[in-house]
Amino acid sequence: MKINAIIDIFPQLLKGLGVTVTVLIASALIAYFMAFIAGLCRLSNNIIIRKITGFYVEVFRGTSLIVQLFWLFYAIPMLFGIQLGSNWWTGVIAIGLNYGAYLSEVVRGSIQSVAKGQTEAAIALNMSRFQRMRIIIFPQAVRMMLPEFGNYTIQMLKGTALVSLIGLKDVLYYGDIMRSTNLSQAPLIYLLVLVFYFILALPLIWLTRKGESISRKGVASG
Amino acid sequence: MVEPIVKYRNVHKAFGDFKVLKGIDLDIFPAEKIAVIGPSGSGKTTIIRMLMTLEEPTSGDIIVDGTNLWKMEKNGELIRANEKHLRDVRGDIGMVFQHFNLFPHMTILENCMSAPIHVKKEDKNEVRERAIQMLERVGLGDKLNNYPNQLSGGQKQRVAMARALVMRPKIMLFDEVTSALDPELVGEVLEVIRDIARNDDMAMVLVTHEMDFALDIADKVLFLDEGVIAEQGTASEVIEHSTNERLQTFLHRFRSV
Amino acid sequence: MNSTYWSWDTFSEALPIVLKGLGITVGLTITSFLFALIFGFVWTFLRRIRNKPLNWIITWVMEFIRSTPPLVQLFFIYYAWPMIPGIGVTLSPFTSAVIGLGIHFSTYIGEIYRSGIEAVDKGQWEAAKALNFSTVDKWRRIILPQALPPTIPMLGNYFIIMFKEVPLASTIGVAGILLMANTYGAQNWAYLEPLTIVGIIFLLLSYPSAILIKKLEIKMNTRFDKKATLENTKKGAVM
Repeated sequence: MKINAIIDIFPQLLKGLGVTVTVLIASALIAYFMAFIAGLCRLSNNIIIRKITGFYVEVFRGTSLIVQLFWLFYAIPMLFGIQLGSNWWTGVIAIGLNYGAYLSEVVRGSIQSVAKGQTEAAIALNMSRFQRMRIIIFPQAVRMMLPEFGNYTIQMLKGTALVSLIGLKDVLYYGDIMRSTNLSQAPLIYLLVLVFYFILALPLIWLTRKGESISRKGVASG
Repeated sequence: MVEPIVKYRNVHKAFGDFKVLKGIDLDIFPAEKIAVIGPSGSGKTTIIRMLMTLEEPTSGDIIVDGTNLWKMEKNGELIRANEKHLRDVRGDIGMVFQHFNLFPHMTILENCMSAPIHVKKEDKNEVRERAIQMLERVGLGDKLNNYPNQLSGGQKQRVAMARALVMRPKIMLFDEVTSALDPELVGEVLEVIRDIARNDDMAMVLVTHEMDFALDIADKVLFLDEGVIAEQGTASEVIEHSTNERLQTFLHRFRSV
Repeated sequence: MNSTYWSWDTFSEALPIVLKGLGITVGLTITSFLFALIFGFVWTFLRRIRNKPLNWIITWVMEFIRSTPPLVQLFFIYYAWPMIPGIGVTLSPFTSAVIGLGIHFSTYIGEIYRSGIEAVDKGQWEAAKALNFSTVDKWRRIILPQALPPTIPMLGNYFIIMFKEVPLASTIGVAGILLMANTYGAQNWAYLEPLTIVGIIFLLLSYPSAILIKKLEIKMNTRFDKKATLENTKKGAVM
């Protein structure tokens, strides 16, 4: 009986897999991109660039993802008079900008935490400012960032469940549909939805642990 | 008469209100080996850090090979040097640090190869050969592909010296290079420095607490005290014939340890 | 901004309505945070069980809870729990949210406790043993008083994180500021102003709190690293 129900439910949820995964990948790419842009801008010597980036980071870190999602959902067509073509873009932009703000702090912090002696040694070898960043600071900082990038990617996966609230047909959306037609099946349906997300999270958990061991190895006090 | 390769002229340095150096005048000649001694906080390290462009003097001039290090000419006026000017002038200077500052994400060999390749744009194979040669010279020919965190402190410091040597500097600066080492590892590092001092014709400035060693290899000894060069001369002049009372107390403290 | 898209009249009309939900939002934050603080201990002690398979199961249950969406967990508790034969009970939206968010974040908070406990010097455990403390007394008088204070800034950060997750509860009908804004929006077909108000409220409350916690963190660090700093100054003075 239960087995039959699982066999019924799983293929239904599978229909939402494409949306969940594409939203995750696209928003992660935006988030990583924003993280490096904003993280580096906050270390800029130019105070105006620093202030503008700081505003972006604090606004997105200071409010909720769900509020940002709804706000963008209504604001983008109203304020700019454009339709993005689909809510898919709204979801991707909201999640990407939100986690880009969080990750930019990771980028900034990692770069700042590369020991001062590393810069001094690079100067003593007559490296230019750009070479110091490219050859010495950045490779070490990126190693340090890996675990946090992994953790935040798992957070992003969790965040993608919100896009069902703006009508995207993701895994949770199909779960909700099934529940609304078969209330007594709700426990099994939501349990399976959770299992579904967990299966998607497993490779990310594995990558995060991998990143932890790389970051431990890569940056010892040299 | 040989011209000095580096000239300090009335160099002052203050950190905030704290005046570390109060008027340094110093000539460094090619191939000269100079030891800088003195109590903690006397500004020894600051002297060489300014030459490496890690610290900017508050006033005064440092002339390297005839060019003012911290000032450059623009429209007939001397202005504060920019990054490019600093890079042009400091190219012949190398430095070894107290805490090694090896690059932890690179192997030993890569540590020694990155700067000649990227900074001096030298041929990769040639650099590799030279780097291996240097690492063999400091006794680490069997560790080429190890990472810094797999080495002991003494080995790390020897790599740091090889890394500096591969750049073929005309002036090498040593900033208390044995202070962070366990006592039993000091010897191997001093041996390498002694080897460099004997066989290479670059100028060397050693800031050190290894008194006997410094006196042994140095052509000239500077005693730095309260921000000025209180005494200078050959080792025997400074040690045996100086009447400077603070120097005698300082030396006495070391001898009794 | 184009006035047809943005109306200050709407803004000022929506403001008091949205603010009506603030009590619920803050109340839910505090209640679910307290729930997480207490439940965090359960995880911490469960993870100390020495039995290998049991420990493995507990670790993965925690991993499951923290890597799946809290939104789905809320739905599970609110919609699915009452349907479970035998143990199912119908819960109010508020209670569901307290349990759902509380359990989700307790897995993070349990790890914070754990890090605090692991940071207690090994000698303290040995001293407690040498003085023949009972297990309860050892925890109550020796370990926890040292392990918990340093975790306060981290716990404070989670309070802010939970505050920002609380609007998820609007989806199961908790009438906080977000639900108020959405309701106003639906009635007047004007979402932008009320949602902007919600954003501003979050910003006004969370940004200063974050700064406060940062300050607390610096203060704590200097307090708990005093020993280390003292030793460093001593070393520096030698030479």
